[in-house]
Amino acid sequence: MRALLASLLVLWLGNAAQAERLIVSVSNHRVTVTPNYSGEELVLFGSVEKDAATPADRTAYDLVVTVMGPRADMVTRRKERKFGIWINTDYRQFLAVPSYLALFANRSFDVITTPEIARRQQIGLNNVLLTQRVSGDYADVVPNDAFRSAFIRLRTQRGLYREDGSAVTFLTPTLFRTGIPLPAEVPIGTYEVEIKLFANGALVTKTETAFEIVKVGFEQFVATTARQNGLIYGLVTAAMALMTGWMASIVFRKD
Amino acid sequence: MQLYLPIADLPVNVFLVLAMGAAVGFVSGLFGIGGGFLMTPLLIFIGITPAVAVASVASHIAASSFSGALSYWRRRAIDPALASVLLCGGVTGTALGVWTFTQLRALGQLDLMIALSYVVLLTTVGSLMFSEGLRALMRTRRGAVPPRRTHNWIHGLPLKMRFKRSKIYLSVIPVVIVGVVIGFIGAIMGIGGGFILVPIMIYLLRVPTSTVIGTSMVLTLVTMLFATMLHAVTNHLVDAVLALILMVGGVTGAQFGARAGQKIRGEQLRLLLGLLILSVGIRFAVELVIQPADLFTIRELGVSG
Repeated sequence: MRALLASLLVLWLGNAAQAERLIVSVSNHRVTVTPNYSGEELVLFGSVEKDAATPADRTAYDLVVTVMGPRADMVTRRKERKFGIWINTDYRQFLAVPSYLALFANRSFDVITTPEIARRQQIGLNNVLLTQRVSGDYADVVPNDAFRSAFIRLRTQRGLYREDGSAVTFLTPTLFRTGIPLPAEVPIGTYEVEIKLFANGALVTKTETAFEIVKVGFEQFVATTARQNGLIYGLVTAAMALMTGWMASIVFRKD
Repeated sequence: MQLYLPIADLPVNVFLVLAMGAAVGFVSGLFGIGGGFLMTPLLIFIGITPAVAVASVASHIAASSFSGALSYWRRRAIDPALASVLLCGGVTGTALGVWTFTQLRALGQLDLMIALSYVVLLTTVGSLMFSEGLRALMRTRRGAVPPRRTHNWIHGLPLKMRFKRSKIYLSVIPVVIVGVVIGFIGAIMGIGGGFILVPIMIYLLRVPTSTVIGTSMVLTLVTMLFATMLHAVTNHLVDAVLALILMVGGVTGAQFGARAGQKIRGEQLRLLLGLLILSVGIRFAVELVIQPADLFTIRELGVSG
């Protein structure tokens, strides 16, 4: 009990010693994707609140924003030439990786902090934890692993993974903003946003916020029905086929 | 006008898809086939994954074969007994096909198998049809009479049954087997199989030309409806929006194709169809041999947790 109290006290003191507080907000906590949605940009803005405990010499801050979409399992496959044709041979399974991932900072990721802290705090696409199942074992591999880099490259091509070391702008030394681009094919679900504040290469404080992406309209209704009520969906599609065929035979009846 | 396809997860131009449906419909009306072997590849070429293409085209073929079957029914050009026996095999074949489809998809070899099946089937059938059409064309040039049809070994098989409308007396064994084969490849490749079924029924089963197309359309209709259902229930890959656009374009195009088809001679039609089938097969073969732009692909296995 005493140990617990002591640790709580340390935690509290630690918090107090941080001296900065982050206040953030996104422009929209619930993004609705309609059928003619062609991508939009959310805006995240916030400020660094200082108090009396803030060291006077601390003026320059660095900020890293991580946006993570709902997690999913994915498989990356590699083709190889066998018997003269290109065949999927090897594959890696990525477990519970973010379906959308964006990392933004006010300057290049490698100058914000040391490689050691960057790895621990998952700063930059190379440092984000992407767990792979490697023959029954679970691990993340080195950043230059062929499957990992191909995975990141393909997701980046679709606009679902992105990294930008100049996306965060400080409007004043303590007021900042950044845009979160959401392409047309963003997965639906809850998006977690993590904001980390660095000063002189050390993590000062961090905070979290979230937003939700919901798709509305006929297309989403179709997609949901297809996944949840396969039988009814199949029956309706089959009925639709019969109706179309029947109408055509009436409209174009020759006799 | 851009439209977002819910299952294919892809924005497409409605008019492009509508035009594709109409073009394939025209060809299918012209040759009296379902056109799945053209529609599925076209969808794959515009970026829809082979799995979604195969599953969605099934319902498109069901629509076009239903309008065809209705008009053949009115003209009494369908043999109900023959169709029922074919269907026994067809439904079994479709179920097997969809099951194999699911297994191959889990193994990551579905796209390859679809491509390989297209290469093998289309180049074989295409070259057979092309050479046959060429020979027939030369025969008519020389004014020679076509060789008389004779009975073959198939007519020696047991379990014979009389098919009244077609006026044939035939064992049910080869009929069921043909149904299974067509149902199976149809479910895997997203084709109705009419372009293989009709020649088999004419040359192997000796079904008279008066009932062959109507009866084959009934098989196509039921197997494709069944395939749509199974793909929707097991793999959730049927894109109803995509299918509807294709259907509307397809049934319209088919009417104009059928009118144009009456102006072209039979041998020339077969020659053209053979050439068309062959070129689609070759297109797939080339695709397999040249190095893909990206060796890696990602497949999402669904949201976890």
